[in-house]
Amino acid sequence: MIQFSGVSKRYATGQDALSRVDFHIERGEMVFLTGHSGAGKSTLMKLIMLMERPTSGQVVVGGRNTERIRAKQIAHYRRDIGVVFQNHQLLFDRSVFDNIALPLQVAGFQNADIGRRVRAALDKVGLLHKERQNPITLSGGEQQRVGIARAVVNKPALVLADEPTGNLDPELSAEIMNLFRQFNELGMTLVIATHDIDLIERMNRRVLHLEQGRVVSGGGV
Amino acid sequence: MARPNQVPARPKGAIHSKTQWRDRLEAWQAHHSTCAIESLIRLTRSPLQSLLTWLVVAIATALPATLYVALQNVQALGYNWQDSSQISVFIKRQTAPEAIERWRTELSQQAGIEQVDYISPSDALAEFRQHSGLGEVLNDLEENPLPPVLLVQPRAEASQGAALEQLLASLNDHALSDEAKLDMMWVQRLQQLIDLASRGVFFLALLLVLGLLLVIGNTIRLAIENRRDEIVVVKLVGGTDAYVRRPFLYTGLWYGLGGGVIALILLALGLGWLSVPVAKLANLYHSEFHLQGLNFYTSLQLVLLAGLVGLAGAWLAVGRHLRAIKPE
Repeated sequence: MIQFSGVSKRYATGQDALSRVDFHIERGEMVFLTGHSGAGKSTLMKLIMLMERPTSGQVVVGGRNTERIRAKQIAHYRRDIGVVFQNHQLLFDRSVFDNIALPLQVAGFQNADIGRRVRAALDKVGLLHKERQNPITLSGGEQQRVGIARAVVNKPALVLADEPTGNLDPELSAEIMNLFRQFNELGMTLVIATHDIDLIERMNRRVLHLEQGRVVSGGGV
Repeated sequence: MARPNQVPARPKGAIHSKTQWRDRLEAWQAHHSTCAIESLIRLTRSPLQSLLTWLVVAIATALPATLYVALQNVQALGYNWQDSSQISVFIKRQTAPEAIERWRTELSQQAGIEQVDYISPSDALAEFRQHSGLGEVLNDLEENPLPPVLLVQPRAEASQGAALEQLLASLNDHALSDEAKLDMMWVQRLQQLIDLASRGVFFLALLLVLGLLLVIGNTIRLAIENRRDEIVVVKLVGGTDAYVRRPFLYTGLWYGLGGGVIALILLALGLGWLSVPVAKLANLYHSEFHLQGLNFYTSLQLVLLAGLVGLAGAWLAVGRHLRAIKPE
């Protein structure tokens, strides 16, 4: 699903965020990405999302060499990837429903179809009864679940999550991880950046550990 | 019970892609109408700011439109005055003064003619000497090069259209006549002035359009800043640039169209205010002249043009500022 070969990223500031990173994530895997802040986790995610381009090396996602994806094609490329953010990036000028519907509207789904899919996603995260509320009225855990519903509503093959439990207490974090595991069981590939070691140990999945821009463990399949 | 997914086998692939294509088209249309309506609603949510922008657009549109209307009216007035044009008849040079005098008397008794004045070559030369400042040079001429001229003033009823054409032709065809010309010098001058003023109005309109582009561009820039979070999210979930751009373009279009409509209202108010005194003034001069506003199509064009300028201003702002907003 994701293949990094000799990927380096140096920012314009001269900072080396990643140096010669190699790893491969299979379709259907659930992989944790760990490391201190500044170890290159975010850069790695940005390279997959094409928010940044590598300075050298090759990033292949879903069989596509991202190097060949032109600026105009990025929007369509991103529709196949769901993203969950630490600060969940919800829009407070619209309802929970409309927040989750956004990826579908963007992709040009029909209204009836949108309603069905949004409710299915809300049902999965257990917030079906809150669809009309404004996300600002929800608790932190609920907001994050809305963010997850938005990431999976389009049934993407790949979901990236950047510190999805960063602001949540252990109980809520475990809940969120459970959700991720359910999606993984449905066949989605998940890459979750986190430094919540306890959580990772309980999940018993492959861990890709980054240090100073290098993969120090978990790079092989 | 008939289940839709159990319809007999068909070439599913093609049908599937066809419906998907149609779905997309419908979604695209739906997004356009949603954007159009939502952007309009958004404008009404900040009524003061929207009204101010609309007024700026309206004033910048009304100004050249008013000048345009004024010019149209001056031109119409010019055509009215053209009625009183006189005809200059240049007479063959060797004609005897008595023959000219006989023709003059004949003409002054003709029905369509108000008055006939004779200007002899020596009168004409004297006048020319006085006005041209070429006195000395003219003294060196061996003979007077100027022909005798009759100035024919047609009566009001014969001063336009076919009657005037006929009179002109008959004067041209007369045995003594070398050439008869409608004396339209001042009408031509007026026309030149109007042409010049038109260019001035055009230039002014161009400047105002530039100003409008900047004003609307700046307003849209603020709107983009206000919705930065939304733009970032939309870009992250795979919104194309066109999708992100669309609501802002509609906002620009609404600013333009709204401003255009207000400009029309301002123009109508101004004309209404002026029309009574103008009619009174015209009445004093026994003229049928009355102020003309914009007709339906010109009004429509004005509003559409303002809308286009709004759209263009939004396009400029969007092109510049949306690129700067990137998900981080």
